Amino acid sequence: MPYLGGEETVRELRRALSNPNVQSDQLRYRNTILKVIRAMSQGVDMSGLFSEMVKACATVDVVQKKLVYVFLCSYAALNPELSLLVINTLRKDCQDPNPMVRSLALRNMTNLRLPSLVEYVEQPLAAGLRDRAACVRRVAVLGWAKLHNLQASSEIDAAVVNELYSLLRDPDPVVMVNCLRALEEILKDEGGVAINKPITHHLLNRLKECDIWGQCQVLRVLQRYRPQSEDELFDILSLLDASLVSPHPPIMAATLSLFLSLCSGQPAVSLAALERVRGPLLAACGSGSREMRFTALCHIQLLLRSIPGLMGAHYKRFFCGYAEPAYIKQRKMQVLVELVNDENVAMLLDELKGYCTDVNAETAQAAITAIGRIGRSYSDRCLEILTGLLGLKQDHITSAVVQTMRDLVWVCPQCSDTVCFALEGCEETLQDSQGRQALLWLLGVYGERVSSAPYTLEVFIDGVRSEASLGVKMELLTATMRLFLCRPAETQDMLGRLLHYCIEEETDMCVRDQALLYYRLLHCGIEETRKVLQGRRSDPSLGVLIGRPAEPVSQWARSFNTLEPLRQGSIETESVSRGSPEHTMFDPKPNADLSNTLDCSRIEKVHSDGDGRCSDSSADILASSVAAPLSLSLFPALSPEEFERLWLQQLALHAEQEEAGKEDFVWMEECVRCPTIPRCSPQSLQAAMQLVNIQTLAFTPPQTLPWRVYLYTHTCLDDAPHSTLILGELLYTGEEPQKAEVHKGSADGGVGAEGIEDEQARQGMEATADGGQEAVKVTLRQQPRDDKALKGFLSILTTVLHTLSSERA
Amino acid sequence: MISQIFILSSKGDHLIYKDFRGESGGDAVGVFYEKVTALTGDQPPVVMSHKGLHFVHVRQGGLYWVATTTADSSPFTIIEFLNRLSALVKDYCGSLSEKSVQMNFALIYELLDEAVDYGYIQTTSSDVLKNFIQTEAVSSRPFSLFDLSNVGLFGAETQQSKVAPSSAATRPIQSSREQGGKSEIFVDVIERMSVVIGSNGMLMKADVEGEIRVKCYLPNCSEMRIGLNEEFSIGKSQLRGYGAAVRVDEVSFHQMVRLDEFDSHRILRLCPSQGEQMVMQYQLSDDLPSAPPFRLFPTIERDSGGRLLMYLKLRCDLPPKSAAINVAATIPVPKGSLSLSQELSSPDQSAELKPQSRAVVWKIPRFTGGMQLSALFKLEVPGLSSASLLEVGPVGLSFELPKLTATGLQIRFLRLSPVQPGPSQRWVRFINITDLNIFTERSFS
Repeated sequence: MPYLGGEETVRELRRALSNPNVQSDQLRYRNTILKVIRAMSQGVDMSGLFSEMVKACATVDVVQKKLVYVFLCSYAALNPELSLLVINTLRKDCQDPNPMVRSLALRNMTNLRLPSLVEYVEQPLAAGLRDRAACVRRVAVLGWAKLHNLQASSEIDAAVVNELYSLLRDPDPVVMVNCLRALEEILKDEGGVAINKPITHHLLNRLKECDIWGQCQVLRVLQRYRPQSEDELFDILSLLDASLVSPHPPIMAATLSLFLSLCSGQPAVSLAALERVRGPLLAACGSGSREMRFTALCHIQLLLRSIPGLMGAHYKRFFCGYAEPAYIKQRKMQVLVELVNDENVAMLLDELKGYCTDVNAETAQAAITAIGRIGRSYSDRCLEILTGLLGLKQDHITSAVVQTMRDLVWVCPQCSDTVCFALEGCEETLQDSQGRQALLWLLGVYGERVSSAPYTLEVFIDGVRSEASLGVKMELLTATMRLFLCRPAETQDMLGRLLHYCIEEETDMCVRDQALLYYRLLHCGIEETRKVLQGRRSDPSLGVLIGRPAEPVSQWARSFNTLEPLRQGSIETESVSRGSPEHTMFDPKPNADLSNTLDCSRIEKVHSDGDGRCSDSSADILASSVAAPLSLSLFPALSPEEFERLWLQQLALHAEQEEAGKEDFVWMEECVRCPTIPRCSPQSLQAAMQLVNIQTLAFTPPQTLPWRVYLYTHTCLDDAPHSTLILGELLYTGEEPQKAEVHKGSADGGVGAEGIEDEQARQGMEATADGGQEAVKVTLRQQPRDDKALKGFLSILTTVLHTLSSERA
Repeated sequence: MISQIFILSSKGDHLIYKDFRGESGGDAVGVFYEKVTALTGDQPPVVMSHKGLHFVHVRQGGLYWVATTTADSSPFTIIEFLNRLSALVKDYCGSLSEKSVQMNFALIYELLDEAVDYGYIQTTSSDVLKNFIQTEAVSSRPFSLFDLSNVGLFGAETQQSKVAPSSAATRPIQSSREQGGKSEIFVDVIERMSVVIGSNGMLMKADVEGEIRVKCYLPNCSEMRIGLNEEFSIGKSQLRGYGAAVRVDEVSFHQMVRLDEFDSHRILRLCPSQGEQMVMQYQLSDDLPSAPPFRLFPTIERDSGGRLLMYLKLRCDLPPKSAAINVAATIPVPKGSLSLSQELSSPDQSAELKPQSRAVVWKIPRFTGGMQLSALFKLEVPGLSSASLLEVGPVGLSFELPKLTATGLQIRFLRLSPVQPGPSQRWVRFINITDLNIFTERSFS
């Protein structure tokens, strides 16, 4: 900042400083110096007064001394020769009987940052290490670090390093911590201060003496320690337990960081530690300081990556306050999305709905995106809200809603009907290119269902000359091509015009090339074009019902308690895909190693071997009743929508089944005891299921309640003429089931079937009785009905679950 | 590890700049301010980076308190330190503002010099620092008639003033040492309540975050005892006493508080150091012991001329003896609202339309318990549609309740030992700051 009249001020101050009258009056002298410093901190160049200030340094007034030192340290680099004059005064001050003066002189001597002065500084620093007063030792210890960094090339005396190590036993805790800091810097090339067992134990024992800052530093340095035995590890952990729940967020965070690095080989302990810090972290989220609240929120997001259900019960703590700044609101919404479950979804959506009309456009858009994310699990409710928002006819809201709908349809194609219906008429409100791109994509892909699609595109095509956005033009081309494929009569003329414009007049190469590509493609014939353009309409990858699968702690442990999580958008793993969703898609890799059908006899063997431990008697009975070998197959594949349709249709029919009688399918429920299954990672569950050719379609992340998995397979018995389709749901509620129920829908079951049913019911009860609160409820649906195959399937499934849970245990 | 610390005014003036390590050359302050002003949002993100420089900042007292640091340093530590630094500056300078920082820059440099060395935090305890800090604070007290009212005839202290002036606690702590300032101690019970009420009047969310703060101007105080209500209980299961229980969910104490008498008599023992410190923090969520202090009855409709009519009735359910002060109701209104005409029930209330925040703010300076106020707002909104009604609400209410706590926490007594020589004064204040959100009728048509 330029300061007018600076030179005038400097001249005036110089006159005052050299005035003997001023110099003799302590108060006037001090006030003049104060003026110098004030001008300096306002940005005026005061370096011209250096020699006058050096003179002012020789005084008994400590306040004046301090002021002069502030000045000298700022300008010493500009006047190395004159600084030499100060050294004498400083060295004299180092002998002063007052420890405060000694520490002041020593600190500023090292703060001058002049390599030429090093030789004069070393001796007082060495004396400082042995000073009686702790405040001088504190300064001297750090002074060596400053000196080392000043001339990084020169070796620091080994004697000094040794002395610093011995000062780790200094009675003053700040000296001890400063020693750690200094050694870290001096020995940086060797990887920092040596952290061995005696030092670690010494530091841990003295941890309580330090203040917050010292404790944080010690905890941080200890992260390098590797305990020699498990006993030692657990001793350390229990010693630090109180720090883990400390009311001071810095200590809590530093301790958790240390826990995670110590327990990197013990995921279960790490997870327990995360549970333990839930309380303190939530308290930090309600701290009076916004910045602290924000920091805590960002770190909660990290924790949720490993334990998605960690904060489920506390979702209300993440509701946005009325006056909170936008950056906190947006983070809170990101957290809220992760916390959705069946119980709180209504409350959560109601709350998010309120944020959609926020004054801040970014907050409003974040709220809409959040509703879209929840829509992947609860599509009907969310679509209702989103459609309602379109009624507001505000450009930023409409744009966000259309983009959200596009992303939602990509993941949940079953929403497409509602979306297509809602799209009518929103092109008038859309202003920004992102929103229009999203609309064009939707019109292209679902054009046959939006009656007004050709007219909307025509408006875009007519305005293409004045269109500024490259993305919109490219999207327009693709959308028109796609629409042409399904509604050629209405679109042919406008497609011609668009291609003509883009090839003949468009100046942008990308657009022109794409238009040429399409033009040539059309020459190859309509079937070829269709093959190229009619790509996927939805994300083929495995859908997770709520949130995302849990990551191991080690994925993020290193960035915990650093600035990394606070960066903007660093957490947004589900980045709002800003192009067409296809661009981010990936193809599922068919597993070539696995045969499509698998003979079940191998499984049977595994089953009879491994069943001794987990004696599920009903499974035994079932297994023995399977006579013919059973094969499972994944083909033909079942899409998630198809699954949902069948499953829901089944649910509706199931109610009236009692009287309906002649149904072509069967419905059964069974309880299987496999205590650790809900804690299994989705990946291993999926892999295990695939091994026996059962396809998992969707599941909730581990640790959430209720925990669910949906799966399907096809069975073919060797002696049966046709194959059957089995759909299944695994449900774990975490509560003791009231009664193990076994339903059999169809009325045509013979006496034998009745008998089995009774037995199953009885055994199911027994299973519940002997400690079955860990039972996973299996609901199966088979079509067409084939009791044998169903029982065979159940036994395979039970085996898989048992194998998995015994692996976990 | 902190490389630099600087304090900027909201306009970008350099107030304080200190470079601890001399590593990051260049104009860090300029870079920071450029980044701040380049953003359009209401507040810049807490962490910003520029070419290996990492800025962490907090806002306190309308100033930017910024530290530059390395990427791997702990954000918790740095933010806590910046907050602590601003608290120290407030203690030493009396109040926190651009002016007080400007006037006391020498003192702040001195503080920084003692608190941080080579980028490492040395100490922030005011007990330790007071031995090192030599500069005296310059305090600016605006002239106020209220001060005069405390002075009796011929300058004699009057007995009538049982209430401390609100500015009494904003003075530098050090003046008590030399200038013979009064030895006083202030205990503040501050509760921040945030309540959300649904359109049907049902309580959707209620959170209370409370704290007890002690601000001490006593030069030598060895022990202090604060007695809370005996029926104060923690957690859901524990119940004490026979009266209406005073219950909180979680409590945490400052580490210097000794709790040996807390279990039996609910007494906190501590040796306060000079300056301000948080003694106890507590939280209560969901079930409040008393009903929320306000109820709102809104009616929203369109009149024949296409204007938006909002008729709001606000009832205060406090006991008649107490009152809420500085009540402000914020009613979000549809985008593009042009003008506001209002009918308020008394002249001391005011209402205005704030276009940038898209809201009508209705201010009531004092609202006695049991009263009911009503207001009629007519808004000119071009292109008003039924959908625009969705943008009205939720109504936010903020107010202060003097001498009342939402949890019912009271201070029974405040004892100092040894008995202070000379006159010493003890003040207890209760402040309740509330954010109340009331949803108006919402339905999508």
